Amino acid sequence: MSARARLAAFAAVAVLVVVAVATYLLAARADRTAATDGAGSGRTAPAGVMPTGPRMLFRHMGTGADYGRLAAVPLDDPGGPRRLLADSCDRVHGTREHVLCVAPAEGVVPTWTAEVRSGSGEPVPLPLAGTPSRARLAPDGSYAATTTFVAGDSYAQGGFSTRTVVTRLRDGRSTDLEEFALVVDGDEVSPADRNYWGVTFAGDGDTFYVTVAFDRTTYLARGSLTSRRVETLRTDAECPSLSPDGTRVAYKKLGDRAPGDWRLAVLDLATGEETVLAERRGVDDQVEWLDDATVVYGLPGEGARAGEADVWAVPADGTGEPTLLVEQAWSPAVVR
Amino acid sequence: MYLSDRPRPQAGNAGGARGPSQGTRRVGSTVVLMGLVSLLTDISSEAVSAVLPLYLTAVVGLSPLAYGVVDGLYHGVSALVRILGGWLSDRADRPKWVAFAGYGLSALTKLALLPAQGFAAVSAVITVDRLGKGIRTAPRDAIIAASAPEESLGRAFGVHRALDTLGAALGPLVAFGVLVLVPGDYAAVFVTSFAAALLGLALLGLVVPDVRPRRGRPVPDGARTTAPVRPPAPPSWRRLADPSMRRLVAAAGLLGLLTISDGFLYLSLQARDDLAAQYFPLLFVGTNLAYFALAVPLGRLADRLGRARVLVGGHLFLLGAYVVAGGAVPGLAGTLTCLVLLGAFYAATDGVLPALTSTLVPAPVRATGIATTQTVVAVARFASSLLFGALWVGLGRGPAVLAVAGALALVVPLAWWLLRDVRAAGTPREVAP
Repeated sequence: MSARARLAAFAAVAVLVVVAVATYLLAARADRTAATDGAGSGRTAPAGVMPTGPRMLFRHMGTGADYGRLAAVPLDDPGGPRRLLADSCDRVHGTREHVLCVAPAEGVVPTWTAEVRSGSGEPVPLPLAGTPSRARLAPDGSYAATTTFVAGDSYAQGGFSTRTVVTRLRDGRSTDLEEFALVVDGDEVSPADRNYWGVTFAGDGDTFYVTVAFDRTTYLARGSLTSRRVETLRTDAECPSLSPDGTRVAYKKLGDRAPGDWRLAVLDLATGEETVLAERRGVDDQVEWLDDATVVYGLPGEGARAGEADVWAVPADGTGEPTLLVEQAWSPAVVR
Repeated sequence: MYLSDRPRPQAGNAGGARGPSQGTRRVGSTVVLMGLVSLLTDISSEAVSAVLPLYLTAVVGLSPLAYGVVDGLYHGVSALVRILGGWLSDRADRPKWVAFAGYGLSALTKLALLPAQGFAAVSAVITVDRLGKGIRTAPRDAIIAASAPEESLGRAFGVHRALDTLGAALGPLVAFGVLVLVPGDYAAVFVTSFAAALLGLALLGLVVPDVRPRRGRPVPDGARTTAPVRPPAPPSWRRLADPSMRRLVAAAGLLGLLTISDGFLYLSLQARDDLAAQYFPLLFVGTNLAYFALAVPLGRLADRLGRARVLVGGHLFLLGAYVVAGGAVPGLAGTLTCLVLLGAFYAATDGVLPALTSTLVPAPVRATGIATTQTVVAVARFASSLLFGALWVGLGRGPAVLAVAGALALVVPLAWWLLRDVRAAGTPREVAP
């Protein structure tokens, strides 16, 4: 082939590739619109106000233009029609009065916003540094916590860095948990590589549970907001979630499995007894308690439903089997 | 732009013919073409990198920890196969087609991300992508080295690195542009990324000449049917063990040991500056902009002053960045200064190292030589991350950065001394004015 022929061949390939991609993208866009106009309307109630009464908030994960919208179902009919709300949230948590919504900010650069909205008063913005991963509200709405991961920062050690910030909603004051005193086996330590993630608040307005990791070990820890102290309880327990009655903590643990392949377990805080739950699949979520006997969590869809996720439920005592609770949903938050 | 339909004279001769007075002439078309191939490929890979944390955590459902492991794979794998790629390229005397294989492998992984589910699958796909990058890097630099006259190698690598960095900056914009068009559709990002990689691959396969460094010129199509070309001398690996090459490897390794990864420096910035924390994803864009702007000027400076001088001297920019990140200059001004210094450091070293290596090793083993110095630097930086991680834990952020800065201040003169012969030999002959 002469140089001219090669150039012509390249030009032909370039035109083909560009036209093919443009066609694909436009078709994908059209598909989304069609999905909303058609199938979507049958299964969703018209967009509207937040339902009252016991409910579950979540991120709607059905493919279509409503992908990522905040949605709600009544707790007595979680499989029934969902009500889509105006906001889009990546992660959501709620109390009767408040909704914590983490959402990508408008614009080309990947930044996020997180704010707590309530029926009365201005929304309270929460500080975010990096990609948000966990978000929780205290049951009484006094505090909010967010975890962001700042970066996979080193190519040694599979390193990453998280930042967990607790914000008092009354005045918007924020504290980075790394400023708290850290106590391990009775001794105060300050390892420079400590990372916190996954806060869960107790109902007393002071106690919280959180994951802290340093020196390649993860710990479940209990903290106090007033004394600004965090004390480790046990190893290999991440993203804790306190039961409504405050007696147990559910979390994910790795055991000797490969990184990323967690299983769910529940710890009885009084006896220290740990129960592994009946869910055999790998779960990476901060679970939520449906009631004192059941936990719920998100699992990504498989195969053709790769971009979607469903919310599953499993008994908290290690018995039974996981059941599908809400289809096309992620980041469940139970409001009682 | 003129394309290489005319036979290129042997690199060294072409340079002599042009002379220093034409120093502002454009670099050869092959260099620009390789730059465009890298630009398209970087758009492809950086588009995926930009959405990968989002995709893994929001869609596949991995946690930060698992993401960190994937990220480690992403960077760790390529150094290992780089020498293999260089060796294959020299052995076959076909850098273009070895590079093509590497680019092709990485392009395929963009499609493989579509059905990949779960941690193991995503890890496997990313590992293959990095294997492709490892294979292609040394032959790519060998093509550039063979396509530019020796006295403007610094500028040629500068042009290539500038285009490469531009692609890295455009990639995330392309990715987020696609996500604005079809929200939440990561498959569309992967398809677009595959298309960009395919364009780069077609440009390399169809338009870039088949440079044969051992024969000294590209083989025109159909040449094999005419009089046989003199059989090229087989590569002799012993020629890599030249004393000046050994000293370059030692100096580059020492300096690499004191090169903290960008991520750590960005973390130091965000730890003391809330603004840097908020705009963390933008920090690397700032570094890339500075790199893009300075790659050609510093490459030309290396041609004029001597590549070894600029390579070692460039580490003074890094020293400056450490001092700033260690706490010397607070606030936004400090953050911006640090990013510009980091960009200048890359501009003074990343392209200058292969340019310098090319002048120290003979053409038949050039790709292996380039791969060797680059791998030494990569391995040294990997060790540096481990060391610095330990220092960070022991001393805390600021003191750890300043301690490394102090060590670097001692090693720069040492490297300067190590390269004393190379400095003399590597200085272009016509540098008189």
